[in-house]
Amino acid sequence: MSAKFPVILPLNATLRRPPGGLPTLRLAPWHGLILAAIILFSAAAAEAATGAATRASVLVVLARWSPLLWRGFGLNILISFLSMAIGTVLGAFLGLGLIAVTAPVRSVSWAITQFFRNAPWLVLLFFMIFLLPFHMHVGGLSISLPGWLKAVVGLALPVMANVAEIVRGGVRSIHPGQWEAAESLGFTRRQQLWLIILPQSVKRMLPPWMNLYAILTTSTTLASIVGVDEVVTLAGQVLAAEGSRPGLLAPIYAYVLLMFFAYTYPIAWATQRLERRYQVRI
Amino acid sequence: MTLGHAISAWFSHLNNTTGVNFTIFYDPYDRHRFLNGLWVTLTLSGVTIVGSVLVGIVGAWGQLSRLGWIRGIVAAYVELFRNTPPLVQMYFFYFGLSALLPEIRNSIGLERPLINGFTWACLSLICFAGSFNVEIFRSGIEAIPTATTEAAESLGFTRLQTYIHVVLPLALRICLPALTNNLVNLVKTTTLAYAIAVPELLYVSNQIWSDNDNVPEMMFVLFVIYIALVGILVFIMHTWERALRRPGLGT
Amino acid sequence: MANEPLVVIDNLHKSFGHVEVIKGVSLAVSKGEVACIIGPSGSGKSTLIRCVNALVPFERGSIKVLGIEVNDPKLDKLKLRKHVGMVFQQYNLFPHRTALQNVMMAPIQVLKRPKQAVEAEAYALLRKVRLEGKEHAYPGELSGGQQQRVAIARSLAMKPDLMLFDEVTAALDPETVGEVLLTIRQLAEEGMTCILVTHEMGFAREVANEIYFTDQGVIVEHGPPAQFFSAPRDPRTQAFLSQIL
Repeated sequence: MSAKFPVILPLNATLRRPPGGLPTLRLAPWHGLILAAIILFSAAAAEAATGAATRASVLVVLARWSPLLWRGFGLNILISFLSMAIGTVLGAFLGLGLIAVTAPVRSVSWAITQFFRNAPWLVLLFFMIFLLPFHMHVGGLSISLPGWLKAVVGLALPVMANVAEIVRGGVRSIHPGQWEAAESLGFTRRQQLWLIILPQSVKRMLPPWMNLYAILTTSTTLASIVGVDEVVTLAGQVLAAEGSRPGLLAPIYAYVLLMFFAYTYPIAWATQRLERRYQVRI
Repeated sequence: MTLGHAISAWFSHLNNTTGVNFTIFYDPYDRHRFLNGLWVTLTLSGVTIVGSVLVGIVGAWGQLSRLGWIRGIVAAYVELFRNTPPLVQMYFFYFGLSALLPEIRNSIGLERPLINGFTWACLSLICFAGSFNVEIFRSGIEAIPTATTEAAESLGFTRLQTYIHVVLPLALRICLPALTNNLVNLVKTTTLAYAIAVPELLYVSNQIWSDNDNVPEMMFVLFVIYIALVGILVFIMHTWERALRRPGLGT
Repeated sequence: MANEPLVVIDNLHKSFGHVEVIKGVSLAVSKGEVACIIGPSGSGKSTLIRCVNALVPFERGSIKVLGIEVNDPKLDKLKLRKHVGMVFQQYNLFPHRTALQNVMMAPIQVLKRPKQAVEAEAYALLRKVRLEGKEHAYPGELSGGQQQRVAIARSLAMKPDLMLFDEVTAALDPETVGEVLLTIRQLAEEGMTCILVTHEMGFAREVANEIYFTDQGVIVEHGPPAQFFSAPRDPRTQAFLSQIL
């Protein structure tokens, strides 16, 4: 007879970990308030220190450069969209490869996934920036590849590997009895996957997939290191144009963070809601 | 001829015949630069791994504190660092905080910053990864039934003793997989030190390929090294995980 | 009762890695017969019936279902599974489909039968397992006993000649066990050939034509229930029954 000893339960921590191995972005509304407060506070501080008459106040500077910064942020969003689209399509195929019946397909997919998951994102970015040509000749057509488009490809690769892991994790989270039941009813392997397993696992894949997108969006700032004119690059240029005033550094970067917050917060919020909902339902 | 000579001769020959140019294997200057970069990456990884785990342990202890303000500080720290891009954190430390510190003069009278780029990179990466480690350790601690800690305290352990001898060893076993994930992430994130000109692996590789125009070769080397680094780390963590495994605990 | 054997298991061996869980089992089940396999847990009972419908491959021996050799590498699994239905301990209903859809899925997708005919049959089957009115409920909205009856209906929709039951009441609340057993008894009375792995001794005694007691991968003893329960010959059987009854 086994007594009722306190038992260490199946691990919450490991279960809540997204299958991609990426950290979960968790945002709250007050994060945005703090960023706004930093901007206002440093604006006030700068004015008190220098006297508003001699130099343009922080808020005026922000307003003047806002159109430029928002255009830069638009490029970040564009990059994130395209990388996510490409990475998801490729990753879905790769993920199906990870759970394939044929062993060679599985091991090749595994190798590709491990490679792109474990290579640093920045190195992958450099790889694409330097190795993709500036012009591509497809048929008689010459397509020019600007830096940001190469960054899209560079970021799509780790996204692909992470999506593949998410697909595999989602499929593996389904109780093996589902495969058994479907098999004993005579479904083919393909039918088992598409009619029984995937419809159940897609909604479990959704939260980590959205989390991946939020992380990808913040990671588009890496493109500034390889010289893409996205928002962090432009923020640096704005600082330089304003004579590198130390008082501007905090508010400008806080402003940039605020943009990212405004964009990723709804995604993070929806992700957590979905996660909680599916945790209860299943 | 020693093995070293043989290797450099072979790569030199490879360059002359095929144009595949691994300068780091035959050019002493490049090899020196490269090994330095590798060393910087290794120390950066080592220091930040140890530092961030310590931050995680102390932070998780802080979150258990009876004092509200300690819990508040830890919570604010975690929220701040886990939700902002690590690149921006690094810029913030390097450009923002360092501007606030006084400069010192070195032996020949040149001004140099009190804290150099390498140290700033370490600090910022420790803060970044540490914030996740706090969360990871905390969720490990939460998985431990209160009955276990109550048992320890009723045996006369103090809170700190209970934490060190009972809670931490159990929590560690529970959260090792998540910790491994985060440390792998950390090693990959050390490449961000490139952005503040710390001469780590990516930075020196960039110098080398700029001088020799051998981007593909250096990229290849970079990938091999990072995959190997991550592989070694994962291997060590898995070995540790196996060594710590106890029947009936966890899986 | 017709006496042609529907299932013939001959000298079956099955290992997982180095552990041999079935060490030479032979038995035959005739058409319309109900065979109950009982025994301590870990004695290979579940593995045994999983071998019958080729969910688990085995190394040595032979299983013939309606003359189809299961251990044939060129086995047409679909053909086998049309004849063999299986019900699991954990029901394994498809949680994203309603009870009715669970029953209809396999006949439509696997047998490619027209939807209208299948739908009518599915309603009839759910009525038969006394789940009228629950057709459009999702598995999550049903009790364990109700889910298990949907699972039985789902298997019956394939019009099998043989039904396998793998400890189908083990995961149920005690108060819902009866309704599932009632359904199985009904099937047995209609002449369905069944192999049951069960811990419900009283039920086995009532419905079974033959009881097989397995321990450590072999059949220790078998016989009709009256003889098996009242006069067990083997000491292992006696020990087991004295613990259970």
